Amino acid sequence: MKFAIVVFPGSNCDHDIYHAVTHVMGQAAQFVWHKETSLGGADVVVLPGGFSYGDYLRSGAIARFSPVMGRVSEFADRGGPVLGICNGFQVLLEAELLPGGMHRNRDLKFICEHVSMRVETTDTPFTRNARAGQVLRIPIAHGDGNYYVPPAGIRALEANQQIVFRYTSPAGKLAEAWNVNGSTDAIAGICNERRNVVGLMPHPERACEVALGSADGRVILESVVSTLAETGVAQVT
Amino acid sequence: MKAKVFVTLKPSILDPQGRTIAEALHTLGYGTVQDVRQGKYFELDVDATDAEQARTLAAEVADRLLANPVIESYRVEVDDR
Repeated sequence: MKFAIVVFPGSNCDHDIYHAVTHVMGQAAQFVWHKETSLGGADVVVLPGGFSYGDYLRSGAIARFSPVMGRVSEFADRGGPVLGICNGFQVLLEAELLPGGMHRNRDLKFICEHVSMRVETTDTPFTRNARAGQVLRIPIAHGDGNYYVPPAGIRALEANQQIVFRYTSPAGKLAEAWNVNGSTDAIAGICNERRNVVGLMPHPERACEVALGSADGRVILESVVSTLAETGVAQVT
Repeated sequence: MKAKVFVTLKPSILDPQGRTIAEALHTLGYGTVQDVRQGKYFELDVDATDAEQARTLAAEVADRLLANPVIESYRVEVDDR
């Protein structure tokens, strides 16, 4: 099973996810420079965190036009699993592979801390090994993580069960105080209608080993590995 | 020809930067400034034959790149002097 990790100028969590995929999960991974026009036969595509193009204009706004993004869209269209983490989530929003937009955190601060996020649906390739309602302790590190979708969009996300993660208390309770960045409906992560593209602001790849303070993020990578082991790998070049 | 594009957050979107600026102005004593909305301003130097062509082009690039229609709206001005 091979992961493609897309590297944009300014990506800085590419090695974090590489470490988690290869050294922790024992899977193969390769970096794919954003100028590439092939994903190298990958089974899973990850858009990592960081500051692609220095967050110029808007987070993810320039990266979405990188040559490799055409391949990522095709891969997603064919049902291939795509995970966008933090800036990778922002790129997926700008690329309209996921609905909604991102703007400045409610309190204007860059927030770097562990948060609790609740698994809202296990019906995605990245959450199938989790329990619905399971609370994961995962770090966030972002300034533009305030997810916005207009009221009609929220209703659609809820109707289709596309809300994958919400910020909650450690006990899994929703409250504005736990909605760390002011996101609409405390949304931390969503999926597309087809459910194969998932984006989230927290960094599961930084929470895959107990030595790092939490191994709760592993379930996200384990989920996609077991999904592919079961359904077979859909290779797209 | 110069085309100016003004991008602002939609009225329904909270603008925490604008609010912080408004609060700073209140601290300075400008209590009559009731609200501030912060936006972005772009100057495009466009090779166009007339103002309408420049305006169409500026609107197109605003739609495609300069503004995110989910959270932002934009306005175009063309200076055809």
